[in-house]
Amino acid sequence: MRRIILMAALIAAQPLLADSNLPPAYWSNRQLPDPKQEAQAEALMEQLRCLVCQGQSIADSDAELAGDMRDLVRRRIAAGQKPAEIRGWLIQRYGTWISYKPTSEPAAWPLWLAPLALLLIGVWLIGRRIKLKARA
Amino acid sequence: MSRAIRFAPLVLFLLVVAALVWRLAIPPDTNVHSTLEGRAVPTFSLAGAVPTKAGLASTDLATGQPHLLNIFASWCVPCVGEVKVLQQLKSQGVVIDGIAVRDRPEDLTDFLARNGDPYERIGSDLQSQVQIDLGSSGVPESFVIDGKGVIRYQHIGAIEPQDVSLILSKLEQAR
Repeated sequence: MRRIILMAALIAAQPLLADSNLPPAYWSNRQLPDPKQEAQAEALMEQLRCLVCQGQSIADSDAELAGDMRDLVRRRIAAGQKPAEIRGWLIQRYGTWISYKPTSEPAAWPLWLAPLALLLIGVWLIGRRIKLKARA
Repeated sequence: MSRAIRFAPLVLFLLVVAALVWRLAIPPDTNVHSTLEGRAVPTFSLAGAVPTKAGLASTDLATGQPHLLNIFASWCVPCVGEVKVLQQLKSQGVVIDGIAVRDRPEDLTDFLARNGDPYERIGSDLQSQVQIDLGSSGVPESFVIDGKGVIRYQHIGAIEPQDVSLILSKLEQAR
């Protein structure tokens, strides 16, 4: 009997909500009326990292803070700010962490150089093979 | 092919295992730190979050003495435990101002009545805009701000009893 009660309690259990009681911000789940501006906002939101669900973009995240950030992005785009300005403003506050777009900082150089290095290694390997075959 | 190169996959495998063990043993810091430490508090002005208390503007934080700015919310569970520690800090003469994120006056009044009220002023940040402006990534978080309104230290997460001496020393340094 005790076990049944416990099971019933588990079924009725609700996850503890760590969200506020306020509705989402106005522009968090609403598109801008101007399709061109909305496309700009969308592209930027996909490149901004969510502070709560680290690994998701704010475009994908359901976190309230991500919603508030989408509202911020759309509001600023509608007010005529350039996506690069908004990205820069956020980087000033959270560091390059907030942006998925790779920077040209020294820390990111291996990222840019890796494809080139791999290509050169490939060319060298193929070159060696051709030479070996020619000799045989 | 030389003998040594045959062991390359094994060495590579061991390196990967070593990297995994290292990161599991010492997990990286997943907190996102504000880059505003050492810079002035961004300009903002928030209305009062509860009818009985004044709101908070950035100018209220540059009064010549250090302030502890606490970002919190009534819907935030760790904030409940933090209030007691904040009250301990208040009793030691610390000026504590609050920013309530996404909160309703009735919920906040309830929260303060139940848990205690260490705050001088509480500003209401309905859409987390000031929170984002401060480079804060969640609740609770606290900022030590010096008398000129410059951010000196950011504390991520609740201030626990063992953090009191750290916070007090940061406030002392901000004097």
